[in-house]
Amino acid sequence: MKKGGLLFCGLLMTCLLVAGCGEKSPSTIRVGVIAELTGDMPAVGESCKKAARLAVKQINDAGGLQVGEKQYKVELFIEDNAGKADQSASAAQKLITQKKVLAIIGPNATRYAIPASEIAETSKVLLISPWSTNPRTTLDAKTGAPKKYVFRACFIDPFQGRVVARFAMDSLKARRAAVLYDVASDYNKGIAEVFKETFEQNGGKVVAFETYTTNDRDFSAQLTKMKKADPDVVFLPNYYSEVPLQIQQAKRLAFKVPFVGSDSWGSQELLKLCGKDCEGYYFSTHYAPDTAAPAALKFIEAFKTSYGVMPDDVAALTYDSFGLLKQAIVEGGKIDRQYVRDALAKIKKYEGVTGDMQFVEGSSDPIKSAVILKIEGDRFVFFANAKP
Amino acid sequence: MSYLLQQVLNALQLGSIYALIALGYTMVYGILTMINFAHGDLFMVGAFLCFLSVLFLKLPFVATLVVSMLGTALLGVTIERFAYKPLRGAPRVSAIITALGVGLFLENFTLALSPYPKHIPSFIPNTIWTLGEISISLLQVVVIALSIVLMVILDLIVRRTLLGMAMRAISWDKTVAPLMGVPVDFVISATFAIGTSLGGVAGVLYGLCYPVIDPYMGIMVGWKAFISAVVGGIGNIRGAMIGGYILGAVEILVVAFLPSTYRDLVVFALLLVLLVFRPYGILGKATVQKV
Repeated sequence: MKKGGLLFCGLLMTCLLVAGCGEKSPSTIRVGVIAELTGDMPAVGESCKKAARLAVKQINDAGGLQVGEKQYKVELFIEDNAGKADQSASAAQKLITQKKVLAIIGPNATRYAIPASEIAETSKVLLISPWSTNPRTTLDAKTGAPKKYVFRACFIDPFQGRVVARFAMDSLKARRAAVLYDVASDYNKGIAEVFKETFEQNGGKVVAFETYTTNDRDFSAQLTKMKKADPDVVFLPNYYSEVPLQIQQAKRLAFKVPFVGSDSWGSQELLKLCGKDCEGYYFSTHYAPDTAAPAALKFIEAFKTSYGVMPDDVAALTYDSFGLLKQAIVEGGKIDRQYVRDALAKIKKYEGVTGDMQFVEGSSDPIKSAVILKIEGDRFVFFANAKP
Repeated sequence: MSYLLQQVLNALQLGSIYALIALGYTMVYGILTMINFAHGDLFMVGAFLCFLSVLFLKLPFVATLVVSMLGTALLGVTIERFAYKPLRGAPRVSAIITALGVGLFLENFTLALSPYPKHIPSFIPNTIWTLGEISISLLQVVVIALSIVLMVILDLIVRRTLLGMAMRAISWDKTVAPLMGVPVDFVISATFAIGTSLGGVAGVLYGLCYPVIDPYMGIMVGWKAFISAVVGGIGNIRGAMIGGYILGAVEILVVAFLPSTYRDLVVFALLLVLLVFRPYGILGKATVQKV
């Protein structure tokens, strides 16, 4: 408050006026973050917090944000949702009513993002979820129309299904595909269905579309059936703890085809669980740490010097959420919740760490590209870009 | 044809594991008329013991098997002594609740040590033979052969040895057997030791076939093995073996010839139908409730 006030004082040279103004319009921009700091995914919350702190530090070190005539510093309020849906909602409530934040970033996981987004939507406060890829996060549960104040920085699941289908057809020259997915999980099922649709629309044939349920360990029957159907490629849109079992069992059946996956593969755990079995396979995800995009490189460098580790998906997407918010505040030209929301909804181009993004009024999901990574040794290596 | 043979091979592998675990349920039920719901979690402990002995002691396959068998047997006997024995005269519901509690304890104890899924490094050569269109892995051969050998040994113990005779005597009549000089406590301990050590073997074999293990892995597998025991006729040892292979075969063959989404639907529908016509399972005998 004081610093911003003094700055304003210097600009207008009348302290009296400043004191009056300082009461009415804020001298800092307050931004709230809701992260999964404790609970079942502390690694996600930790990444989010680190990226948020880095983003705010960079903005403030550069002198703050220029809105209208004035420079504003950004003030960060981080709330823990403890990995619980109800605490996500109450954290959103607290940030909006007590901390009077301009906008909220987070939560990351869909099951926490949805309750928090309901509060933001009814309070007419902008909320950006960095990592929630489920389409329902930004859709009104009753009407199915896009929410007005809830946005995200990542692509949505159906998009990935299309990306992988096209990749399999164009780069792997596959015409016959087989899919094995967890029928009891929204994420897996959604991607699998879009993959099938896209693959068949483009003249390919899905020769086997097999399912299992969460916690199954034996996939030998499904894999034997898929092997008999003789596909060119097998799509496994499943979580990193299951994919290694599926690939290892396929190999035991002498089922030799390229396997492809989705962003649920993108954990270092996959490499540990797979050993050498996943070598040379591909999956789609949000960003590749080794791509040469200048924005990404700068972020990765800064993150590494601050924290000593490589940023993951969540960190990159949180950083991009701040980037989007920053651009919306500047383009909106006024410290006002409605102005910021309106500016964000029509961002023409934002050059982010996870690629370029564009928003079109009437949709809360960015138009952005995905990357295809290849597993090489103990690393994920950039293979191709997939345009929306 | 080769497709069917390949699926039969898959079914034998899965069925062997179900059968081994089902034996633990059925043996305990046969001797105590109590369902040991902690058995699925003892199986999980077997898999974790395998993980620990492979990773830290770097033991070969047979030694790992022995460690897991001894470890789970010891645990099984201890649980029986401290958790079940004091309840032997209590209503049956109390014993079942205790068993569920022990199971939850084992899960959460393992969870407290480390919640992350673990990967068991493969320590059996990854050899695959291809005969025409059928591929057989060394692992499959080990799992199926070892299970059958163990089941034959168990059958011999129960039918041909003094210990087996004592087990059958207690299961026949718990009050008269001790009057004939059968050491009831010792025989019950031995039954728990054998039953849980088979669960331990199943844990090792399961960990080899599906090398990602976690503290909750025993729940679903345990239920399915329990169903196998019921299908075969709970309390009947040969019944548990048959039940295990039947369940494995149905699970695999449904997927082989119908859409895989129907698997659990068909499995449980068959179970219901079977129990309507044979409420005591395939080999089970109707018992008259003695008043």
